[in-house]
Amino acid sequence: MFASCLLAVCQSVAALASPVDPAPAPQIAYARVIDAAPLPPASAPTHRAHQPVSTDASSLAGDGVRLGKVDLFDGGKLLLTNGVATVEGSSGGGIARWATIAGRQVPGGIGASAHATAIELPDFGWRSYGVAVGFGDRLELSLARIDFDTRDAGALLGIGEGYTINLDTFGAKLRVAGDVVYGEPWLPQIAIGIEHKRSRDGALMRALGAADAEGTDVTISATKLLLSRSLLVNTTLRYTAANELGLLGFGSANDGYKLQFEGSLGYQLSRRALIGAEYRSKPDNLGLGEDDWLDIFAAYALTDRLTLTAAYVELGSIATFSDQRGGFVSAQVAF
Amino acid sequence: MLLTTTAAAALMLLQQAPAESTDWDAEFGVEVKERDAVTGELPVDPYTQSNANAGAKPYDGAVLAADFGGREGIARIAARTVDLSEADPRIADIFAANDMVRLKRTLGEQFCYLLGAGCEYTGRDMKTAHAEMGVTKADLNALVENLQIAMREAGVPFAAQNRLLSKLAPASKDIIER
Ligand code: HEM
Repeated sequence: MFASCLLAVCQSVAALASPVDPAPAPQIAYARVIDAAPLPPASAPTHRAHQPVSTDASSLAGDGVRLGKVDLFDGGKLLLTNGVATVEGSSGGGIARWATIAGRQVPGGIGASAHATAIELPDFGWRSYGVAVGFGDRLELSLARIDFDTRDAGALLGIGEGYTINLDTFGAKLRVAGDVVYGEPWLPQIAIGIEHKRSRDGALMRALGAADAEGTDVTISATKLLLSRSLLVNTTLRYTAANELGLLGFGSANDGYKLQFEGSLGYQLSRRALIGAEYRSKPDNLGLGEDDWLDIFAAYALTDRLTLTAAYVELGSIATFSDQRGGFVSAQVAF
Repeated sequence: MLLTTTAAAALMLLQQAPAESTDWDAEFGVEVKERDAVTGELPVDPYTQSNANAGAKPYDGAVLAADFGGREGIARIAARTVDLSEADPRIADIFAANDMVRLKRTLGEQFCYLLGAGCEYTGRDMKTAHAEMGVTKADLNALVENLQIAMREAGVPFAAQNRLLSKLAPASKDIIER
């Protein structure tokens, strides 16, 4: 009874002592210790922790841009492991698609590349160019245009001298397993992909006997650098209806999609140099005696960004013009 | 309430500053690691020593080791790789935070063992050695480039360089964390 009364008194006293107006914001007394103390010595381990996030917070001292958690054009890939652009704009070895991803980025980064290729043949001139974007070591999107100059052959084919056939390729490639350099030697980098191709000469394609002016190739590729032998090995299976890659349209009245094979074998001479040969099987839907393709190539990374490729190519018979062999040169810049 | 807070704050402010000589490591129970007087290395947590910790089977035959300049050449290449990495802004921080004296020795042993130059590997396995380091694929690529520089400087033929890398590359799964 007494105790509770006392408590009541105390409470009322306390109530009197406390101000009537709303309590001021609580104040916490503190001594400015942290700010006043000098930063830890500028030793390397603490250096990264103290870097402001806004500037170059990347773990790489690259010269890219950082967008949120993504490094843009920051590089980090080992030389040549982004491959060189194929004639269809994908990362690969010139004429064969590889499982590699274009651009110099590593996981967490976005990179890009651009290329231009010229092939000089006895009866035709080939120009192709394109761009590709790589997302980490996962996804590649590519876009390429082929301008195929028929020169004198154009007149003989009845389409006009110097008629140029144009083909656009929209590519996508997804790495599903493995790594071209690291991991178990028996597990290659494996990627699946598509190449959607559209001829810009639809009427001509149909006149030639092709069933379609556009088509979509489906590919699966496996690529590995066998370090113990310095060998780069690649195989690609391609399900396609393309005649001469699509330059002569897709399929015919009787023939459509078939499985084709692409193979590459390279020898790494140095970090910067790779020599090798490629083979690519092709269908003969139009009955024009379309041949498989072969090349012998040398790729050289002139700088970290610029890769030059030169090759001797054997493209066999194209649109009844046989023995189309000649020189292939390509330049690729990658970021 | 306000009274007690003010009183506590006053007490805190009145409290004597800790002596300059306070041994904070001791206060907080931080163990200070002393470098070994002979080897100059910091002690590491106990682990089972085994050549299997090197992570791969060694080559046999002396040909490859000769390409690397024998045991001495291999030790130099390992030390140079560590030096280059310590000076490489891409990965310096990870190395500076660790014991480079030991790493030069154990990395040299690992290379020497794998190249069949007749060393025992006495270091930890790759998973333990790189635990919680947060190594990325970009870091690994940087280290590989530094190793390539060290080997090139030592005049190791490129094919032989790749032979060593082929023994190290599979360890990536134990080293890359992010
Ligand atoms: C295939 C690649 C690699 C191999 C073969 C390798 C090998 C080794 C070896 C043998 C040790 C010594 C272990 C011991 O002393 O018990 C070690 C430790 C170490 N490694 Fe690696 N390493 C690789 C990749 C990396 C990368 C990419 C980094 C960082 C960028 C790195 C950073 C370190 C550090 C800082 C230590 C010292 C750890 C400590 O003292 O606690 N390593 N590594």
